Formats: sequence, structure tokens, C-alpha cells
Amino acid sequence: MKIRVLYFASVREKLGKDAEEMDLPAGIATIAGLRSHLQARGGAWAEALADGRLLRTAVNQDMAQPAAAIKPGDEVAFFPPVTGG
Amino acid sequence: MRISVQREDFDLGAEVKAISGNPRIGAIASFVGLVRDVPMTLEHYPGMTERAIGKIVEEAKTRWQVMDCTVIHRYGTLKPNDQIVLVAVASGHRGDAFAACEFIMDYLKTRAPFWKKEQTPEGARWVEAKDVDDEAAERWRGFTQSRRIS
Repeated sequence: MKIRVLYFASVREKLGKDAEEMDLPAGIATIAGLRSHLQARGGAWAEALADGRLLRTAVNQDMAQPAAAIKPGDEVAFFPPVTGG
Repeated sequence: MRISVQREDFDLGAEVKAISGNPRIGAIASFVGLVRDVPMTLEHYPGMTERAIGKIVEEAKTRWQVMDCTVIHRYGTLKPNDQIVLVAVASGHRGDAFAACEFIMDYLKTRAPFWKKEQTPEGARWVEAKDVDDEAAERWRGFTQSRRIS
């Protein structure tokens, strides 16, 4: 399943990457699953996306919970809690 | 309704005037947020930002009479005292205008994908999200009663 993944703010800085196209292995169908998959890259990925770290996620530009499903072609984003205004 | 995410500064007077044309409008409440203390850089998620603000405005319209509304949020590099954000709400009466303006601002702070990075004397640091902002947004939960104060 091909998806696009975006990273913002402190997450982007820690990973040294702002976006990537990914072809997900079968069996990964939720945000939580994707996060675990990315953590498994180790190093900065394990650290920036660690379970204990408070992150927000969006699917197709709507805020989404960890259990939210991912479909082919989706745009998934990882970022810290927002601080605008 | 106008939502703009932009680098450029804005003019409060011009923005208020732009939403005051309808003769049924009796009140415009506006809020302008400024950069406090230190220079900062604002990053956002293009596309989602406009979408998230649009949803907040739509939510406000289900709760109060919102006859027109402008939300402008800047990004990029800003210095102390620069304007960051404008929310202006036009309504028939002040109760709805005040409430909708504050609601939009409170929700924007917790739901619109912006991130501030401050340039402090000790170096650059990302601003941490504040619990008080979540609490400010949370207090609107279930608050749907329209206030009609003329």
C-alpha cells in the first residue's frame, strides 16, 4: 500500500526529513501500526516517534487518533501538539 | 468568510471594514494576537491549516449567529510586537460576536497545525503546548446556547 508521510516541526527536525513516499508492508493498516513500523527504523526514528512522546497525527489533513485506518494513497502526518495563535 | 494563512502583515481596520457591509450586522468582535518577548518562526501544515480553521469557523456557525468572519494567521519569521493572528466576527449582536470570536481563537490554539519556534538568547527552542490552552478549548464543550444581548 503506497502512502505519503509528512513530518512537521520538532519531529521533522529530529528526523531530518519532511516527507516521504512509502510502500507499507501488508498488515499495517492504522496510524499506530505505521508509527511502530517507523520506530523500528531505529536511531532518530525510535527516539522521535517513541511511544512515550506526545504526538498528534492527521490523515488526509484531518486530526486522527492512533486507531484510525490508513488507505492506499492517504497522506499521513506526524507532529507535536500545536502551538499557534 | 475569509481564511488566510500568509507571511504578510494585516490591517485590523481594513479587515473589520471588509466584513461590516451588511446592514443587519450590529456587532463586530475582533482579536489580534501579537508576538510576545522574543523573535520566533512559525511553521504550519499547508492545506491542513486552512482546512482546520475552516472547520472551526463552521463549528462556530452552528453555535452562534456568525454573519461574516475573517481569520488571518501569519507564518514565517516574526519579531516581538508583530501581529500573528486576527479573528474578526460579525453578528447581529455583541453576545454572539464576542462568544464566537473567543471560541474560534481557543479552538485555533489547539486544533490548527501551527508550531512556534522561539529564538531565545540561549538558542532556538520549540514552544511547548500548554495545558491551559487545552482547558480553554475544553470549556466550550456542550456550550451551544446562543447569547442574544442587544
